[in-house]
Amino acid sequence: MNEQGLKTRNNIMKRKSLILLGALLATGLYGFTELTKSKTGETVLFNFLETDSYVVGDEAQDFSLLNIDGSKKSLASFKGAKGFIVVFTSNHCPFSKAYEERMVALDGKYASLGYPVIALNPNDPEAYEEDTHENMKKRASEKGFTYPYLVDDKGIGQIYGAKRTPQVFVLKKEVGKNIVKYIGAIDDNAQDASSVNKKYVEDAVDNLLANKPVVTQNTKAIGCAIKWRSNI
Amino acid sequence: MFIELSGSLARAQDVKVIKFNDLKAIIDSKEAGLKIINFWATWCKPCLVELPFFETISEKYRQKGVAVYLVSMDFVSEIERVRAFVKKRELKSGVFLLNEPDYDKWINKVSESWSGSIPATLMIKAGERKFFKKGFDLPELEKEVKLFE
Repeated sequence: MNEQGLKTRNNIMKRKSLILLGALLATGLYGFTELTKSKTGETVLFNFLETDSYVVGDEAQDFSLLNIDGSKKSLASFKGAKGFIVVFTSNHCPFSKAYEERMVALDGKYASLGYPVIALNPNDPEAYEEDTHENMKKRASEKGFTYPYLVDDKGIGQIYGAKRTPQVFVLKKEVGKNIVKYIGAIDDNAQDASSVNKKYVEDAVDNLLANKPVVTQNTKAIGCAIKWRSNI
Repeated sequence: MFIELSGSLARAQDVKVIKFNDLKAIIDSKEAGLKIINFWATWCKPCLVELPFFETISEKYRQKGVAVYLVSMDFVSEIERVRAFVKKRELKSGVFLLNEPDYDKWINKVSESWSGSIPATLMIKAGERKFFKKGFDLPELEKEVKLFE
């Protein structure tokens, strides 16, 4: 591992024990795997590159990434926004595809209320041809995306700690900072929009618009593992 | 060759659609041997890479009481696609499709450390649990199996 790579990873793994990192590098245990013992006594092994997530309350980093229209977009470029519905998504993932219409609907409902959808694709197009910039443009135009769909080639997904696509981070602007208010799924039924009972993201944004604390702040869902770009 | 082919055909698996309670029964069952529960899907590239390794382990360690369960996360509407895949790959491990779309309800019950991304694998033997939020190559998978012996 080169020094630059190590530095980047250390930055990403803000909350991760450097001692553990050192020990693992020294022993070479499991190659790219770390090992922890959870509260329940279960041993958990995971990829070295898997990073800790932001948690609700953290300040989310802004970014400047290439959009499907060729421009660069950042959170700061949305002057009037009260917050954001940041979605890590992709072209290739069936779960992402299943949510495309619902993402357009979310943007339709909430962009005008100050919470636009911002989609980021963190996947390596070398691994998934469907996720090239060209194919992102194509998909966006075919499916009528109304929101920015950005190439995350800066490791923003790793900084946020995205674990899968699709995964949402709802952010709220508070004194110039973008604070994480919700992390998780869009709703409770990926495969059938008509059978949804709990609209997690809508509920979270509705709470924020009403100046209330978000009731459900974290949810989990099955999704596609992200194949990170090798150049970050 | 002929015998082997007919043998595998004879053992061709159906894909059982299960609910979380069924999965929980597998997780909690009191067999003495190692249970390996792999979460995969036909659309998950890294999952498909490691599927043959689970098959190899299943074949090689079945006599030693190791049971492999391949639990598909494909949508239940895609069941025929999963069945066709299982047939084409001639999978011999038990294949299940977990039809439990409210993921947030049960993911923590498999492992609190799991975000829901796949591939993921749970190994259980006599109350000892190991959860892997990662893909395997064959030597690594076999090493983990042997650690349970």
